[in-house]
Amino acid sequence: MKHLLLGALASLTLTTAAFAEEMKMAVTTSFHNSGLAEILLPEIKADLDLDVQLLVVGTGQAIRLGEAGDVDAILVHSKRAEEKFLAGGNGTHRREIMYNDFVFIGPKSDTAGVQDATTAADALQKVAAAAVPFVSRGDDSGTHKKELSLWQAADLDPTGFDGWYRAVGAGMGAALNTASGMDAYIMADRASWLNFGNKGDLALLFSGDPVLFNQYAYLPVSPEKHPHAKNDLAMKLEAWLVSDKAKSLINAYKINGETLFVFNAKK
Amino acid sequence: MADLLDGMLRAFWLVVTLDSDLVEITLRSLRVTLTALAIAAAIALPLAAMLSVRRFRMRRVTIAVLNALMGLPPVVVGLIVYVFLSRSGPLGVMGLLFTPTAMIIAQVIIIVPLVASIAHQSLRELWSDYHDLLISMNATQVQRVKALLWDGRRALLTAALAGFGRAIGEVGAIMVVGGNIDHATRVLTTAIALETGKGDFAMALGLGFVLIAMAIAVNLAIHWLGHTESEGRW
Repeated sequence: MKHLLLGALASLTLTTAAFAEEMKMAVTTSFHNSGLAEILLPEIKADLDLDVQLLVVGTGQAIRLGEAGDVDAILVHSKRAEEKFLAGGNGTHRREIMYNDFVFIGPKSDTAGVQDATTAADALQKVAAAAVPFVSRGDDSGTHKKELSLWQAADLDPTGFDGWYRAVGAGMGAALNTASGMDAYIMADRASWLNFGNKGDLALLFSGDPVLFNQYAYLPVSPEKHPHAKNDLAMKLEAWLVSDKAKSLINAYKINGETLFVFNAKK
Repeated sequence: MADLLDGMLRAFWLVVTLDSDLVEITLRSLRVTLTALAIAAAIALPLAAMLSVRRFRMRRVTIAVLNALMGLPPVVVGLIVYVFLSRSGPLGVMGLLFTPTAMIIAQVIIIVPLVASIAHQSLRELWSDYHDLLISMNATQVQRVKALLWDGRRALLTAALAGFGRAIGEVGAIMVVGGNIDHATRVLTTAIALETGKGDFAMALGLGFVLIAMAIAVNLAIHWLGHTESEGRW
């Protein structure tokens, strides 16, 4: 019996699975939380015999991983950071794949009156005027950068805010948990919000302003800078991501009857 | 409270139905941590015995540093290992980042000081009992170390189990160096962090209960294998 157990233990430590071709891709938390990856990855595996290993991080860290050559491609949503990434010679090119949108979430009572806002900037001004708790990602992610640019568009500077502005330095899910815990306002991407399980007293208050659209782009890591990067696999994946099959899968993906992503890759 | 009950229920169902994802990440947790523990014990136990038996100039400092490193913040260890293993770091060519091997390396670094410190504490007391005897028998340095390690094996087991406990429940370092990749480097603790992020507290708690149950099972198994607390032994 003892030997059996030790044997089982030994086989456990020695197990290694056989793999198809594999590549690593850094994606943003908001993309992963949407659940779309669980639809796309099995199809990619079936069509290309390619195991895409996802590293789910914020856009800031995703770009760092790409710069260091620790992943083969990145899928992120912060155009300015992406252009800087390309300017540094870290990637081969930038390919737009799809977009979704950001929404403003807040307590159902909505003391700040965000529901009546006409634009995103107006919504933020209402939050600032009422000085109600607002949770910010504060982690240099694409969503965080978007939020900062919206404050700027609303002629407000988050560095000067008092205690009501709370930068938590965490991923989308953790930030939503925080907002739910203290009944605060927060900006989130629609997908993460719909998939979020701990909504508590929060509700979707504002959406639809075109500035809230959120473009996702795919950037393969440069094989010149990082010779080990699997550029051939990254190109294969890109060809699949802009294919008609990906288009129908992405456009048809719904949560609670709501469409999340709009495919807009150019052929 | 409802979350807690939901979590227990979820844990129960996950275990009863032998959920394939759960089995996979649990086995990976065990594999990573037991491998790390074996390596760490192979380093830390002889080191602890050497520190008890030998007298050298930097001995006090070494012991103090080991004790201090017991409190190493895992996330810092993770970052340092990450910087070394990153493609642009000194060991980047080995391509170990985001693999279970990287997670094992990080855990070894985290638990070696802990295991060595606890082991040294008990071996030092044993050595004060054995000192005169072993010296009068003219035992060599190696023989002394062997005698201490063998006769102190129960205490060393405790040290190893403490190391196991710290490694199996650790999340900061393996999140950084492992990346929490589904079907590659996802383990129980990183899965718990992920489910918490999704706001699915019942699932996160369910996984947490599985983790606790597994830690208890491993401890019991090791005691059973070592015949501790049985008649005629100590």
